Amino acid sequence: MNLIEKIFSIGREQPGSSTMPFVVILGALCILASAANLLVPVDSPLHVSTYTITLLGKYLCYAMLALAVDIIWGYCGILSLGHGAFFALGGYAMGMYLMRQIGDRGVYGNPELPDFMVFLNWTELPWYWQGMDQFWFAMLMVLLIPGLLAFVFGWLAFRSRVTGVYLSIMTQAMTYALMLAFFRNEMGFGGNNGLTDFKDLMGFDLQSDTTRVVLFLTTALMLGLIFILSKLILRSRFGKVIVAIRDGESRARFIGYHTERYKVWLFVYSAMIAAVAGALYVPQVGIINPGEFSPLNSIEVVVWVAVGGRGTLIGAVIGALLVNYAKTRFTAIMPEGWLFALGALFVLVTLFLPKGLVGLFSRRPGKAKPITAEPAKEERA
Amino acid sequence: MRTLTSLFCCLWLLTTAAVAEPLPGEIEATEITAPVEITTEVLLQQLTEAKLKDTQDILEQLEAKAGEQLLPLFRSLLNGNLYYVKESAQVVIVNDDDSLLDALTGNAMAAVPSSELKKIRVNNTLRSYLRGAIARIQLTATNPERRLQAVRSLLSELDAPTVELIANLRQQETDADVQSIMDLALALDVVRTQTDTASRLSAIQIMQDSLESEVRIVLNQAVTDSDKQVQAAAKKALAAIEQRVEMFAFIDQLFFGLSLGSVLLLAAIGLAITFGVMGVINMAHGEMIMLGAYTTYVVQLLMPELIDYSLWVAIPLAFIVSGSVGMLIQRFVIRYLHGRPLETLLATFGISLVLQQLVRTIFSPLNRQVATPEWMSGSLEINPVLSLTLNRLYILAFALLVFFALQLILKKTNLGLNVRAVSQNRDMAKAMGIRTDWVDALTFGLGSGIAGIAGVALSQLTNVGPNLGQAYIIDSFMVVVFGGVGNLLGTLVAAFSLGIANKFLEPVTGAVLASILVLVFIILFIQKRPKGLFPQKGRAAE
Repeated sequence: MNLIEKIFSIGREQPGSSTMPFVVILGALCILASAANLLVPVDSPLHVSTYTITLLGKYLCYAMLALAVDIIWGYCGILSLGHGAFFALGGYAMGMYLMRQIGDRGVYGNPELPDFMVFLNWTELPWYWQGMDQFWFAMLMVLLIPGLLAFVFGWLAFRSRVTGVYLSIMTQAMTYALMLAFFRNEMGFGGNNGLTDFKDLMGFDLQSDTTRVVLFLTTALMLGLIFILSKLILRSRFGKVIVAIRDGESRARFIGYHTERYKVWLFVYSAMIAAVAGALYVPQVGIINPGEFSPLNSIEVVVWVAVGGRGTLIGAVIGALLVNYAKTRFTAIMPEGWLFALGALFVLVTLFLPKGLVGLFSRRPGKAKPITAEPAKEERA
Repeated sequence: MRTLTSLFCCLWLLTTAAVAEPLPGEIEATEITAPVEITTEVLLQQLTEAKLKDTQDILEQLEAKAGEQLLPLFRSLLNGNLYYVKESAQVVIVNDDDSLLDALTGNAMAAVPSSELKKIRVNNTLRSYLRGAIARIQLTATNPERRLQAVRSLLSELDAPTVELIANLRQQETDADVQSIMDLALALDVVRTQTDTASRLSAIQIMQDSLESEVRIVLNQAVTDSDKQVQAAAKKALAAIEQRVEMFAFIDQLFFGLSLGSVLLLAAIGLAITFGVMGVINMAHGEMIMLGAYTTYVVQLLMPELIDYSLWVAIPLAFIVSGSVGMLIQRFVIRYLHGRPLETLLATFGISLVLQQLVRTIFSPLNRQVATPEWMSGSLEINPVLSLTLNRLYILAFALLVFFALQLILKKTNLGLNVRAVSQNRDMAKAMGIRTDWVDALTFGLGSGIAGIAGVALSQLTNVGPNLGQAYIIDSFMVVVFGGVGNLLGTLVAAFSLGIANKFLEPVTGAVLASILVLVFIILFIQKRPKGLFPQKGRAAE
């Protein structure tokens, strides 16, 4: 209890100092879980099943996605209801690489074309599938495509000063449009079924325990790195301008900052994080389909962040882990009830817990100092 | 509750059926005594015993005797659902739902086990005879509308005897519409069968003004005719017809666009008011539409006998149900989130999830069928290539009605004045003594109530399911964004232009790509006009 309190409360006062303990704890737990899977015998009570490892890996991907949303919503006030789109695009890029890795082991045994293309009577690989058999190229695309989309979308939206609910609905419309598009068979992404039946990743069998643990650890590592990187960025001068934009965009603009440029780059950065999360998610769950684009998925991410506490990064990670754990338990016990619970969570958190769970811990007298009220900025304004 | 109601319905049906059973028999007994009836009766008797080759003879006699009265009998014989009861040799029509009708009187009859029934057999020769007989009976019908339909249905199967019959009847025909369609039928025959160039040319002249598909088929054959003059005339006529067909296809598409626009208008107009006044998006707006649709369903469940009037009950009820749910949401959630539009968006999204799941739990996740009243079903046939479905036509009119009623409320009532004041400048309105929180609640109620009405209209077009509303929230918000906030006229223009654009893109690009293109267009449109088509004038910063 003491330790947790320390992490949270310090985090509020001196942004960044809680980063290391948090990352270390996260890393230690993940390594412990992995060791318990690989080294402890199956019949031991301490053994962690591969199913659990994969589940945890999934949660960590979600946490990364929540981090991406928190960066723009919590620090810049941009409520994106379409971050699932970047997540899914990253996932699709990874899925395309994994599809090409199947080679001639598919049902139709075509070394060049994935099964669904053979099924559709296509004779050659579409141009946008070229090169996706190279891992480095696929990973480049994981970052590039969502980044580019975020850049174009952000540039268009922020330049014409689309803000608030307008922007939120626009992002939702974007992910909705992409969902409709990816449902089409002609798009060449497997239509309704998406991409699945993956065999291996860089030559490692995706079904084996070791690969799964390595994937899980990679996810944890990436989450830690991104967490630290984001903290650094947000602590820098750039980050301070971002927070200034959140608290008074007009003021920041009048002072002379090109607020739209700051927002666009933050948006691109956030989209790339979401894409990485998607790319790590796909090999662990073994499928990517247009359902990932559905607006409900994206808006659920926002509630994870809201539950954990926005504008804290730690809150986003904790919120994502908690809500998803609750979801797993809840849907197992009473699947009917989950939407009730989720809906109620939306209402209750916004009404009674505006600062999220992290806000609860930092509510000690003298310590609850919002990041917004930094004296330096007030002077400038 | 639902099962109880349906149980009662079943019981009620059973008892009425039991009471009604003996009645038809009595009526028959009295009717059979009429002199004409006896001979037809005898003929019918023969029909049950006759061999296939004699059947036509009997049918011809029947046709001469009873005429129009036998239309249902002939039709059911053609469709192969004419039977007779083995014992009494009574000829009966078996409907699709296995209910029995007396073939002669058309009265309902008590059910007879299917083992007691024997089918009256027909073959292809008989079938073609029956088709002709049905047409002949209809051609001599007293109602000119019936005669017109009969001639039209005959256009595709003109043979020598039919043409002769039509030519004869043409002499006595008095109705102008029937005359012209008869002329057309004769002209078709002339072009097809005769060789005299002059008469064929004049026949083509007659055909030129018709949009019947049969005309185009015959003309297409005539284009390859050996007679050069006929060929040229046919080409010209065909081109003229094609042009008109294209124009009507355009009108048809326009109508579908307007219809989609009217649905969008109904869905978006409530959102436009609440967004204009309070600056918040009610993500549960789609669920208000869904509640309205389910209200229609429940109303029809409660008054299964009065489907024709159900909508008149459902419209005010849906307004009240959705309106009060909206007001509850406003009083208990949105009020506390004042000035935090993004949080409002999230909270109302949560409410929409709860409402959806609630409906799923109460009514099951399956789609529910809402019946269309008699007066709304069918279509308005303007000509052979253009017919407008009545339900879409009514909904279009209804949407406009709602729009103008709302415009009237906003322009002429006290509430409207307050709403406009608050949407223009909330603080100033407050300073002038307007109770903004009550204006908020009433606006929210009004907007949600209209969404409920939209649900009633939508229930007539699509299936009613828990996800009904979800599909409309993004579209309606696009309409609001496109039209500009705080201006209902903008909403009207935006709804119809988006609807029409969608329907005109659809045949070119496919439905999915069309909606994507419209979305992309709006995103780009906002670049140019961030405040929509008709922005509200003001001097606020930003």
